[in-house]
Amino acid sequence: MAVVFERPKALSDVPFHYCPGCTHGIVHRLVAEVLDELGVVGQTVGVASVGCSVFSYNYFDCDMVQAPHGRAPAVATGLKRSLPDNVIFTYQGDGDLAAIGMAETVHAATRGENITVIFINNAIYGMTGGQMAPTSLPGQVTQTTPYGRDTSVAGHPIRVCELLSTLSGTALAQRVTVDSVKNVNIAKKAIKKGFENQINKRGYSIIEVVSTCPTNWGLSPQEAMKWLQDNMLEYYPLGVYKDVTAEGGNK
Amino acid sequence: MAEKVLMKGNEALAEAAIQCGCRHYFGYPITPQTEIAAYMSKRMPKIGGTFLQAESEIAAINMVLGASSAGVRAMTSSSSPGVSLKSEGVSYIAGSDLPALIINVQRGGPGLGGIQPSQSDYWQATKALGHGDFQMFVLAPSTIQEMVDFVKLAYEVGEKYRVPSMILSDGMLGQMMEPVEFPEKNDQDIPEKPWATNGHQNKRKKNIINSLYIEPQELEDLINERYQRYELIMENEQRAEEFMTEDADIIVVAFGASSRVSRSAVHMARAQGIKAGLIRPITLWPFPDKTIKKSMDTASKYLVVEMNKGQMVDDVRLVVEGKKPVEFFGRTGGIIPTPDEVLAQIKKLAGKEE
Repeated sequence: MAVVFERPKALSDVPFHYCPGCTHGIVHRLVAEVLDELGVVGQTVGVASVGCSVFSYNYFDCDMVQAPHGRAPAVATGLKRSLPDNVIFTYQGDGDLAAIGMAETVHAATRGENITVIFINNAIYGMTGGQMAPTSLPGQVTQTTPYGRDTSVAGHPIRVCELLSTLSGTALAQRVTVDSVKNVNIAKKAIKKGFENQINKRGYSIIEVVSTCPTNWGLSPQEAMKWLQDNMLEYYPLGVYKDVTAEGGNK
Repeated sequence: MAEKVLMKGNEALAEAAIQCGCRHYFGYPITPQTEIAAYMSKRMPKIGGTFLQAESEIAAINMVLGASSAGVRAMTSSSSPGVSLKSEGVSYIAGSDLPALIINVQRGGPGLGGIQPSQSDYWQATKALGHGDFQMFVLAPSTIQEMVDFVKLAYEVGEKYRVPSMILSDGMLGQMMEPVEFPEKNDQDIPEKPWATNGHQNKRKKNIINSLYIEPQELEDLINERYQRYELIMENEQRAEEFMTEDADIIVVAFGASSRVSRSAVHMARAQGIKAGLIRPITLWPFPDKTIKKSMDTASKYLVVEMNKGQMVDDVRLVVEGKKPVEFFGRTGGIIPTPDEVLAQIKKLAGKEE
């Protein structure tokens, strides 16, 4: 019988610890499929960040380094400068990338550090139980904004792709989501481009995936996907913000 | 024999690192370690190495973490306030069982402190450069030649036991010039690192560099295993220099810059008929307790001289266990004690106060 669907080789045979309805699983699979298709698993070193995806070092079947909170771009820089012909990627959440690790992120991008960054934006701190993230929406109720995010007190959410698209070292800044087959396919294409950019030494690529956190949003998986579509995509429009490849059209 | 060259401490240390095979330097500007980064920025591009001026001390130490994970000899250098910022990364490096070389060219503290030489980071280097149960291999050079020689030792011991290494220098040693000699062929014996995350090439199981262990028993077991390595380091890697200690009644204990001053004071005391000697700890961790213990057979009193308010004196007292008096003399804030000041303390102990 022909095999039509199987576990990507770049994913270890380990069950995910992610909650039902969380999109980490989909994104892990897309990254793994891309590593398989490019045939680079053996040369790849992934950098896990602090947050729900910290255990991604158990899931990707390549060499993995677990970085201090926010420091994944710096760790990836050290790896890439030591192993210029290897493929180095980071997998970071919004607290890690856009709060505690913003300096590392901006400077890795502006150096044109030749790495690929997978950025999960689910507008909340998942691992620690649902605190306000730098990307939490105005009015969003979290454990640390129990009356809703008041922007006069807690400031405004950060649009990461827009910010990084202003930097000369950024090769690709694209925001995607995985709420439908169509969008999953777009997301996979973006992730693949992010890795191809690195192989072709084009600089820093970031693929922001607008994601769900049903557990900490207090919603069912289906409601969470609907909340993402109704609320997040308005503040975080999908699209290509920077793309230095020939076919790239900048927003 | 290689020829002797006159070099500044910071530059000599940087050149020594290059000769040990270090090709990845990550740093952030701070006085008084400036010449290390400047030297690396000149040399690295010429030899296919990486000099990267990081956006912060925090980023620099994490770049070292990444490079060490890849299996290469990497380093960063800083001075006291910058080293504090590196403490997070150092804890992760220790918790991930990575070797790495960290240079601290100490200046006065706390806070921004000053920019003159100090030894006030002794506690930080030997007790707690970061959270958690861990140690670093800490070397204290007292000459520019040792700034050179200790780089190789720091890499070798760090790699053998998979622990971070620190060279605890200071602004005086960093800035002064002395003739130095570079040993030939220093980078011939860099060991294989089968644990490195450099891509498994589909030929081995994946490697993971990690410091997270959610299961308490797993974490305790790992820390216990690490402490067995620390025991071996304490057993095998203690180093100290003894100077005129054979018949010494009063032993001065001092490391690094303050040991240079203390040596002069010991000479002066001997000239005045006082049986003084010097023990100079070279490894600050492991602390050379064997040397101190041995000296208790002859010595009746100890004088610990430091450029701080009294930090290493704790370790000396722990070894002496109250069996002999252990006095302290120190200057701090960036002030280097004079030989006369130290001599006055020795004479006081000898009951020869003027």
